[in-house]
Amino acid sequence: MSILAPAGDAPARTYAAYARPFWQRVVLSREFAVVALLIAAFVYSQTQVDYFDSPQTLYYLFRDSAAILLLALPMTAIIVTGEIDLSVASTVGLTSVAFGMLSNDAGLPVGVAAVAAIVIGALCGAVNGVLVAYVGLPSIAVTIGTLALFRGIAAGLLGTESRTNFPDGWTDLAKQRIVEGQPYPVILLAFVVLALAFAWMLHFSTFGRGIYEIGLNDEAAHFTGVPVARTKAILFVLAGAVAGFVGIYTTLVTGVARAENSAGLELQVIAAVLLGGVSIFGGRGALPGVIAGVLLIGVIQRAMLLNGQTINIINIVIGTLLVLSVTAPRLLAPLQRAVSARKTARASDRAQDSAGKRSLS
Amino acid sequence: MSDAVLQPSAASPARRVLHDVLRSRELAVALVLVALVVVTTANSNAFLFGRTGWRDLLLTPSMLVLLAVGQTAVIITRNVDLSVGSTLGLTAYLTGRLFIDVPGIPIVVVVLAGVAMGAALGAVNGILVAWGRVPALVVTLGTMYVYRGAFLTWAGSDRINAGDMPRAFRDLGTDSILGIPVLTIVALTVLVVVGYYLRTARGGRELYAIGSDPAAAELYGLKVSRRILSAFVLSGALAGLAGVVSAARFGTVSSSVGMGIELQAVGAAVIGGVAIFGGSGTVWGAALGAFLLVTINRSLPVLGISDFWQQAVVGALIVGAIVLDRVLVRRQERALVAAREHGPDAGPPPDRTASTSSGLPPLVASETHDERSREVTR
Repeated sequence: MSILAPAGDAPARTYAAYARPFWQRVVLSREFAVVALLIAAFVYSQTQVDYFDSPQTLYYLFRDSAAILLLALPMTAIIVTGEIDLSVASTVGLTSVAFGMLSNDAGLPVGVAAVAAIVIGALCGAVNGVLVAYVGLPSIAVTIGTLALFRGIAAGLLGTESRTNFPDGWTDLAKQRIVEGQPYPVILLAFVVLALAFAWMLHFSTFGRGIYEIGLNDEAAHFTGVPVARTKAILFVLAGAVAGFVGIYTTLVTGVARAENSAGLELQVIAAVLLGGVSIFGGRGALPGVIAGVLLIGVIQRAMLLNGQTINIINIVIGTLLVLSVTAPRLLAPLQRAVSARKTARASDRAQDSAGKRSLS
Repeated sequence: MSDAVLQPSAASPARRVLHDVLRSRELAVALVLVALVVVTTANSNAFLFGRTGWRDLLLTPSMLVLLAVGQTAVIITRNVDLSVGSTLGLTAYLTGRLFIDVPGIPIVVVVLAGVAMGAALGAVNGILVAWGRVPALVVTLGTMYVYRGAFLTWAGSDRINAGDMPRAFRDLGTDSILGIPVLTIVALTVLVVVGYYLRTARGGRELYAIGSDPAAAELYGLKVSRRILSAFVLSGALAGLAGVVSAARFGTVSSSVGMGIELQAVGAAVIGGVAIFGGSGTVWGAALGAFLLVTINRSLPVLGISDFWQQAVVGALIVGAIVLDRVLVRRQERALVAAREHGPDAGPPPDRTASTSSGLPPLVASETHDERSREVTR
């Protein structure tokens, strides 16, 4: 750097640390819009929807959203790199079956079976990771294949049978509340720990900076020394391991290990992540928005169910919300242009921040 | 390199066609399909020569062929349509509903209504993708939920039973002409028309151009938005037709019809050699892929493999197909580099590259990161 721009040759340019004050950066972000929407939906449901304020509602809201919340963490990181993982729900199904068979048929202690299930999940993720990162295959095609493959192995192992013989201690633990009488299930503890870990990884570590750089411009990332392939492979393995954990949780909380467990969940996870403001092209997005996105869907579901709506109407609403959330920037573009036109009158030489990004349709 | 491309081939047209066919992906898939049928038939004669064997072999894939053809048109433009399964469900229900609500309605009108409805649903996707500038994966994921929800809300708890539909319509699902089931003829006709259009017509070639490089297509003056929209309309219309076909074939419409079939359609296209990043592949390959997927499903039980393993085999096949593609592209890239380094005669002419790779022979030095940039471009 110093060779290219020796000090003293040209007048040193100075940059403000940020173009906008802190509160504007927080409030005007995409993530904040989702959080605001979540709060609005929550307050509305709390006051207008009967029984929404009962502790049972929140408990089931958290319990049912837990799987999506957990899976959304690694999914966010993967989508930020510009890849996608459609196979997570199938990994959940496979690890659920593996967990059930290991503990019921093989007679392993539940703890050992759980560890084995997480390892199997990580192996599934490693298959994706190797094919995507090292063989260089498109992740959407690979994970459509492994979506069928992992689910197929689960179905092949167990067929239409199921395993239901789990110690009460473990199934109760999955359903237990942190403090009796409060609406917070124990799984939230695991989620908070994992969420903090992923938030640190994504937003506060060198590794995480690399993730965003890969998403914005993977060639530039490669040339600045980010190990592109290894980063992607690690993320897929993490996604598999978390899916393994979710497989155990789903098995214990429902008490059944079946091959069809969590079928179709991958699309819900991706919908929630995109709703939370992560760009499908990579490079943009933050965990707070994603978590708010998942909870927003959960709150809407609960509120509409309590209002007597069917799951079908709810799906229409969620689908519309997803489409709207991604078309919003386009719809708001004229407005933004008007604002930035006023701005450019003041600061005409601000560089385009999108330079060097992949130009995609 | 440029010499290698610009010089007319010395071989005769017939030899070139033969060469292309022998090296084509379509032939490879077809051979696997034939081998599968032969092996299965060797195990159980009924698979091919049974009373319904031949008919089922041709009939069962017809629905997926229609979807795969539409999906191919969309994937070629570097997009994807995940909403076809829901569209199929909606139109299947519409078909039954029309027969119930409008007694004596001509079958042709019902078919046209199904196609029109599918086209309208596809147009919604297309408008959002082409003018909303939203990635197709997200839009069609959203509309998949919306269409499925609309279908289930509309249908409520009632399902269409065989008795609700006229005899003549249900017979379409079982009738044959010259030993070929009617529905298969429908699917094959669509396949031939679309295949011919994609190969020869200007609009078809523009779809490939758009998929190869959207930005270049735009700069070249192609009407990118309009073409992408028409691809989605085609995909929707064919999903609509597939909905009518499924109603005729199964005689009933349940709430789960078409669930998850969108991934099978994408899988069929990928197996058939349609590159997921657009610009390459044919509907012939996709249709063969669809035949292969469906036939595998039907032959596994005959071969003594529990049919619970079907899905795993399908998944392994998809992964295997894309790995194979990768290996072939690698080999071709090396041949191209060799051709550039040692003159035009050293390597085979670049016939299929323009598609899967960036269209330029990668420099030797930058080969590693060139492949990386390609894999991310979504």
